[in-house]
Amino acid sequence: MVDVFKALADPTRRTILDELSERDDQTLFELCGRLTMRHGLTSSRQAISQHLGVLEAAGLVTTRREGRYKFHSINTEPFETIVQRWLRKPDEQKGESK
Amino acid sequence: MRIHITSVFVDDQGRALRFYTDILGFVLKYDVPAGEYRWLTVVSADAPDGTQLLLEPDVHPAAAAYKDALVADGIPAAQFAVDDVQAEYERLAALGVRFTQPPTEMGPVVTAVFDDTCGNLIQIATQPEM
Repeated sequence: MVDVFKALADPTRRTILDELSERDDQTLFELCGRLTMRHGLTSSRQAISQHLGVLEAAGLVTTRREGRYKFHSINTEPFETIVQRWLRKPDEQKGESK
Repeated sequence: MRIHITSVFVDDQGRALRFYTDILGFVLKYDVPAGEYRWLTVVSADAPDGTQLLLEPDVHPAAAAYKDALVADGIPAAQFAVDDVQAEYERLAALGVRFTQPPTEMGPVVTAVFDDTCGNLIQIATQPEM
């Protein structure tokens, strides 16, 4: 499992997540178009595909096949561990637990 | 030199002709028997002498692999210009056309991508006034 922090350390991968948070279910073509036309990123399609692989290994991106298409979506679940670690302190959780 | 004909590989010429005319609104230009298949072209309704689109059978073994790989990554086989991508998206979606990308601003252009039911993705685009 690739570390979530390592996956987030790259600015292109953060931009990919920005674009996926605007709309789920994007093809590789749409993502590449957004990165090029909106952010001036010049990475190749192959490089973007590799970035998506890292994000998927970290659990931050999920892929879905529908017929002949492949769609990518953001998965924010791994951020929950970050929230629990620093934002929801054990003291606060004690109050909630039975 | 001018661009006279361009083509898309279709898996069924009859279905392709129906989709490209009935749904997209192109007009039949030539339908000529050519051996087992047809020399089948369509043109824009407002440019009958303009560039033709050849609906070419995808019978070559490499054509299927090429189409599958493009479609899997969402890459269109052709691009057409429309006056208003959003309006065209709504019109086509109401006719049951499947879009892999709804209208999206890509810098200065708005694009959308749909499935032509013959094995290809097609991009439509509205370009700003040049």
